[in-house]
Amino acid sequence: MQHSGKSPDTCYLIPATNMNQSLINYTLQIADNNLILGQRLSEWCGHAPELEIDIALTNIALDLIGQSRNLYQYAAELEGKGRSEDDIAYLRDSSRYRNVLLVEQPNEDFAYTIARQFFFDVYNHLFYQELTKSKDERLAEIAEKSLKEINYHIRFSSEWMIRLGDGTKLSHEKIQTAVDDLWDFIGEMTLLNDTDREMLSNGIGVDLNKIRPLYFQKVKEILAEATLNIPVEEPFQKGGKNGIHSEFLGHLLAEMQWMQRAYPGAEW
Amino acid sequence: MDNHNNIHSLEMKFQSKIDAEVKIEPKDWMPEAYRKTLIRQISQHAHSEIVGMLPEGNWILRAPSLRRKVALLAKVQDEAGHGLYLYSAAETLGISREELFEQLITGKAKYSSIFNYPTLSWADIGAVGWLVDGAAIMNQVMLTRTSYGPYARAMVRICKEESFHQRQGYEILISLSRGTEEQKKMLQDAVDRWWWPALMMFGPNDSASTHSEQSLKWKIKRKSNDELRQDFIDATVLQANYLGVKLPDPNLKWNEERGHYDFGDINWEEFWAVVNGNGPCNKLRLKARKKAQEEGAWVREAAMAHAEKRAKRKAEKVA
Ligand SMILES: [Fe+2]
Ligand SMILES: [Fe+2]
Repeated sequence: MQHSGKSPDTCYLIPATNMNQSLINYTLQIADNNLILGQRLSEWCGHAPELEIDIALTNIALDLIGQSRNLYQYAAELEGKGRSEDDIAYLRDSSRYRNVLLVEQPNEDFAYTIARQFFFDVYNHLFYQELTKSKDERLAEIAEKSLKEINYHIRFSSEWMIRLGDGTKLSHEKIQTAVDDLWDFIGEMTLLNDTDREMLSNGIGVDLNKIRPLYFQKVKEILAEATLNIPVEEPFQKGGKNGIHSEFLGHLLAEMQWMQRAYPGAEW
Repeated sequence: MDNHNNIHSLEMKFQSKIDAEVKIEPKDWMPEAYRKTLIRQISQHAHSEIVGMLPEGNWILRAPSLRRKVALLAKVQDEAGHGLYLYSAAETLGISREELFEQLITGKAKYSSIFNYPTLSWADIGAVGWLVDGAAIMNQVMLTRTSYGPYARAMVRICKEESFHQRQGYEILISLSRGTEEQKKMLQDAVDRWWWPALMMFGPNDSASTHSEQSLKWKIKRKSNDELRQDFIDATVLQANYLGVKLPDPNLKWNEERGHYDFGDINWEEFWAVVNGNGPCNKLRLKARKKAQEEGAWVREAAMAHAEKRAKRKAEKVA
């Protein structure tokens, strides 16, 4: 494996000129969601409201980062240039990251963390269920393996939505604020970009149009059970999937990538 | 039999159980001082696991590879689990986790002073695993045979994970030792900073230790501070040689006659300064724990309120 002398940021998520590049882009689009959310959740480690929650949030972070590694490894194989999962994760600038805006939003407080997790888990659960049917065997296999973990995530975040919504007056207010703020970012997940469309037409990608009504149905169902107000559906913020992010991602990456950037070519 | 004689005979019976290696269980009679000593020691130990998450957690977000990030996350999570087992063991002695937390954040309870030192580079994560988990294992292996049943059983589970942590830390350092000049410097610098504080983890010399003698008699401890420290040094010198690092002690050398390594004087002034709250990170660590506890209060209250609502609804349904 070659490490040294590689310039950061070459060749990822350049406009796809061939099928292989599209598949790489698609794989990274999925992986980036997992890594960025995993990194965000890791911020809680050692600081959560109680030990059991600390352990649970770390579990989810471990699952998500684990899933991103499987996908980055696959992307590296597809690329066939001898790059590693770390080259992909650590040497790409924010404009080459294709995660949705939702997952890069900061923790703020526990309510934001739970609302962000819940909004993502509902999507991720539906998405991976569909991805198990992908013509691309490797993606289908990764989806199959990840679903068990995601079943746990969605149970955890839904239960906490209900607990906080239907808990005390204070917790209700806090989770409602988080829902209202993060609501702006949930539409993007089920909107198709060019990569989604191409992969869908090849029988590899997931039909996000099919997921969309199911997504909102499930979200509203849990919000109702949590006795929370459901915000109006539009308009939504978007851009992350095409590399146009919020101000938060640059800071997250600066911290995450610092060692690899400061000591180019070193093995750890 | 008057009360005094009664207590005396209970104490005799208690000590004979200990001498016969019968474990003491929560419902058994025990001297108040034994209970108090155990609560102090187990809670100190639990707090150390939880506070120990902070210096290591300091590098999770910056871990230099995904593999290392995942391993470190899992390690820090293990420490949270150790905290849970130990708080549960302490609870069997009639004190709640809330009370223990309160003692921690008000500074009434102590935790291992080692966590009042900062983790300044990635190499520190390796050094902490190798030396700090390594020193902890010496103590904890001994405690798997401690006389109080729940504590001993918690230790058995914990020890398995600790030896994994130590290996993982050592492996980080091996990578550095085979790396660039910068990485080797990082490695040596970390070992220079962590070596002496790691030796202090075993506590004061036996001659100066206030609790030791009674703890040995009750078999809460089974080896003295100095014995454990010597075991640790003997086991660690070879590993340091293999890494190619220099341990920062000019007096460290093999003593054929004793069959042990001799070593230099520990700076007990520094030790007591850190114990008494004046280490580089004492305030920072307590502040972080306090913040988590206070900012999490509304979450714990919400969970309780919701559970009560549910229970009430269920009861109404039944009625
Ligand atoms: Fe531990
Ligand atoms: Fe450990």
